[in-house]
Amino acid sequence: MPRLLNLRPRGSHRLLLGLIPILLLAMLYFAAAAARHAVNPSDKILPTLGAMVDQVHTMGFKVDPLTGKIPMLADTLASLSRLGAGVGLAAATTLILGLAIGLVPVVRAGLGPLVATLAVIPPIAVLPILFIVFGLGETSKIVLIFVGITPFMVRDLAAHVAAIPEEQLIKAQTLGASTWTVALRVALPQALPRLIESLRFSIGPAWVFLISAEAIASDVGLGYRIFLVRRYLAMDVILPYVAWISLLAVAMDFALASTSRGLFPWAHGKRSR
Amino acid sequence: MTALSFHDVWVEYGDSVILERLSLEVKAGSFVSVVGPSGVGKSTLLRLVLGQEAPTKGRILLDGEPLHAEPGPDRGVVFQRYSVFPHMTVLKNVMFGLECSGRRAGARAEAEEMLRRVGLGHSLASYPSALSGGMQQRLALAQALITRPRILLLDEPFGALDPGVRVDMHVLITELWREHGLTILMVTHDIREAFKLGTRVIAIDKRRHDPQAPHRYGSTAVYDFPLDKPDAVPPDGFQELAARMAKAS
Repeated sequence: MPRLLNLRPRGSHRLLLGLIPILLLAMLYFAAAAARHAVNPSDKILPTLGAMVDQVHTMGFKVDPLTGKIPMLADTLASLSRLGAGVGLAAATTLILGLAIGLVPVVRAGLGPLVATLAVIPPIAVLPILFIVFGLGETSKIVLIFVGITPFMVRDLAAHVAAIPEEQLIKAQTLGASTWTVALRVALPQALPRLIESLRFSIGPAWVFLISAEAIASDVGLGYRIFLVRRYLAMDVILPYVAWISLLAVAMDFALASTSRGLFPWAHGKRSR
Repeated sequence: MTALSFHDVWVEYGDSVILERLSLEVKAGSFVSVVGPSGVGKSTLLRLVLGQEAPTKGRILLDGEPLHAEPGPDRGVVFQRYSVFPHMTVLKNVMFGLECSGRRAGARAEAEEMLRRVGLGHSLASYPSALSGGMQQRLALAQALITRPRILLLDEPFGALDPGVRVDMHVLITELWREHGLTILMVTHDIREAFKLGTRVIAIDKRRHDPQAPHRYGSTAVYDFPLDKPDAVPPDGFQELAARMAKAS
């Protein structure tokens, strides 16, 4: 019998091992829900699967006569467009600032301390300022996501670009490259896979900031809906919404990872084009 | 004809002297090996020629013109590691230099020809990570030579390679040196390599030593052997330097 340390599950065994805790948790939940409903058929805290399916049907596939829209679709579109705008703005800023700070010593000396300082401010603490300055509309939510994730990403990318071996930068110059050419053809291509990696890490915090902003001031959005129905203890809406948000997050992560593998094969250990 | 010349060059950092009174003339077409114990200023010498730093005092001339204190296309370089771009294929790595100088027409054919010459004709579409250490240095050489630099600087270029591969690289660099009529300045800590490849070996070391303040005296060229004379014999002091280098490495 080998040591536990050396037992390596493969293939279907590995899949099965991964499924077990998930199935156990699900079984535990449905057993508890059934037990509660046996005592009190109108229990709201642990809704049954049937109740949740009903709610998904109502929220996700029927038009709300009050607004003329399908609530879950409208919430998803509103949240995703805020998230997209915030994250997109953050990525563009990160690319420009991270490259400049990482590559150009003068810019690093000028902007490095400022970015380091901004990075330690808890973004939620400035949310009131954003509401005051940008109002309660879309802008303040997008700016919160932007403020929340950009400083971290800029620092990460700048550190990555600054870690490009000096030999490469010297070599490029001996081949006749200007600062601009080094930035575009040596630093930028090596920064892009790292930017995507950094985006994957930032999607989680971006959702946190989005849902926080929507919880406080909004009239549509996934975070808004969860906090709205909380008043009615509507766990049968909250749980499917949380599952839906998780699914969206996983899909984004997958999309980013496969984009990086497709566009930058050299960064993922591929040996030739 | 003199390709590169040092006139009474000093390099000081604060009150420590790295190089002092260094005067050298490197003839066009020569293959100069620079040896010396580690930490003695060999790399500083190379950084000076590359333009990564400027001398505190003295002048460096390249083809009679004062050296531009910034890396430029007149000086090619191959480092021990990290010389090639990991995100470009082998072919793109070599084409980069031609594209920087605005030559696009014929760049591909010229780069392919150069790669075939160094033995990488079958790896055009590979990324450097797929190449062995020796092949990466072949690529670095092709990349540096494609822009026809006036002087080629080699910084321990074969130091990280296996002995067998190193011998192959010695053959390649000697052939390329002859074919292209290159002027080469190579820094190495391998004395046998220095004597095998060079037409001239220069040893850098401290001439004076103050035990109370070792940093107050810098290094300079202590030995200079032209090897094109068939009867070039290392003087007595060289054995002592060789022993110190062997101990340091």
